[in-house]
Amino acid sequence: MKAHFESVWIVAWQALREARRRRVLLVVVALTAVFGGLYAWGAVEVFDNVPEAPAGLPALVIDERAVAGSTMLGLAIFGALFLGVILATFLSAAAVRGDAERGLLQPLLVRPLGRGHYLVGRFLAAAITSMAFVVLVYFAAVVAIGLIGDWWPASPGAVALRLALAVASVAALALAGSTLMTATANGIFVLMLYGAGLVGGMMGSIGNAVGSDRLVAIADTTAWALPFQALYRDALSRLFGDLQQTGGVLVSLGPLGNSHDGGPVLLPWALLFTALVLVAATARLRRLDL
Amino acid sequence: MASADAALALTELHKSYGAKTALRGVDLEVGPGEVVGLLGPNGAGKSTLTKIACGLVRATSGSVHLAKPVGYLAELFRFPDWATADEVLLLHQRLARSAGGAAERQELLQLVRLEDNAGTRVEKMSKGMQQRLGIAQAMIGSPKLLLLDEPTSALDPGGRHTVRDLLSEVKSRGIGVLLNTHLLTEVEQVCDRVVIIDRGLVVAEGTPHELESGGAVEVELASGTRRIDGAGRDDVPQIVADLVAAGERVYGARAVGSTLEDVYLRTVRDAR
Repeated sequence: MKAHFESVWIVAWQALREARRRRVLLVVVALTAVFGGLYAWGAVEVFDNVPEAPAGLPALVIDERAVAGSTMLGLAIFGALFLGVILATFLSAAAVRGDAERGLLQPLLVRPLGRGHYLVGRFLAAAITSMAFVVLVYFAAVVAIGLIGDWWPASPGAVALRLALAVASVAALALAGSTLMTATANGIFVLMLYGAGLVGGMMGSIGNAVGSDRLVAIADTTAWALPFQALYRDALSRLFGDLQQTGGVLVSLGPLGNSHDGGPVLLPWALLFTALVLVAATARLRRLDL
Repeated sequence: MASADAALALTELHKSYGAKTALRGVDLEVGPGEVVGLLGPNGAGKSTLTKIACGLVRATSGSVHLAKPVGYLAELFRFPDWATADEVLLLHQRLARSAGGAAERQELLQLVRLEDNAGTRVEKMSKGMQQRLGIAQAMIGSPKLLLLDEPTSALDPGGRHTVRDLLSEVKSRGIGVLLNTHLLTEVEQVCDRVVIIDRGLVVAEGTPHELESGGAVEVELASGTRRIDGAGRDDVPQIVADLVAAGERVYGARAVGSTLEDVYLRTVRDAR
């Protein structure tokens, strides 16, 4: 068992080193700092124009600071997830076919290294990096909004968990795609899949607004077929669910209003989905002639 | 039947890629300390055979027996360009669970004449240096079998000489080597046995000496030089007599030896 872990860790460590040595992480940190700076500036501007909420706010009166804070955090969730998905995709898209075409993979797989170990190692490297990224960016946004606007979400940990799981499932999908497609085709495939998930979620919002059960059903099916989308909608619902009724409705109808409570089955399903994708990818890699 | 102590034994190996058949029942054996040269034209199935031997490609049928650990150098390979030579070897030591440590890495770099480049990044190395590093990588973990697919294709004459020395060293350590190459002089100099493969079939096999022994007789006639393949010195009087009886004017006749190149070209031509 120890040998299995060692093999997986050697591959993961090598992939993480590669990300560092190729300055992927440096670029990510630098651009995230720019993104964070602009975000904080935007938050200052927003809260400068929002009045303080009076104490003992009645249920039907809108707390403008809460609406502004949750909308800004909704934007942070969208941004962090989008960038995290790109990171997970780029770290995984070339893992098999791409590396095999360049001749990088064959010398490794001739060693006593199971193909499953290789895939899990690559998954860990991509998942650890992208999960750490989305969680850090999200918490940085929470702190920024809290300090600037004096508004704190009720359950930031639950949102962070969903974001982390979402990018992990994307990393698994990108790895599975890398056993089937070249790096470029796979990268396009995964990012388009992510975009399709977002559009599906938007259709749900439209369906709710116009009272179309079919559109809502399409959105729900899309979200369950692509759990990263369901996790994103669930994360938003946890953020907006803290708002008092009228404010929550207002935010959920806004541009980021794609929220939907995923219920108790979502997290286990997302984990199972990720595991199933990795198992399928391993089965495919084991049959692949390199 | 393959011998139990063989470094590599391939039996009735078949491989098809869809409708295309790459190997049609190949039997091949490499003994411990034996260097076997694998020759054949492009597309003959040499690389497929090597990849099946090391587990990168699955055989459609047939069996593979090999002595582990195995070292492999692919025809087309790359190492991470950001890594140094020492880091590449360290990674493969860890994957091969080699306990050789820094001493093993240093020895292997010395063996391929890269001892001064341990800290050089792969991206700064010439193709020849990378190929020598590839050979060092294949030697990690004291393999019992080395599968080398075109190991000298990017090397200059000095580099090829280094590899020939290395193969002699490998032989002396009892390591079996399957050497897939197009360079016949290399095969003549270092291989104990030669296997010629064409269209997925073994078409000739033997020691270089055995394969080269089938010579020819060249006869100078009024119409030019005629070559009679497969004939030897003892056949010269009869050949001359037959030609004279047939009305030819014979100006000279000599028995010529057959080089491995002759054998290779004739074998491949006859197989088609």
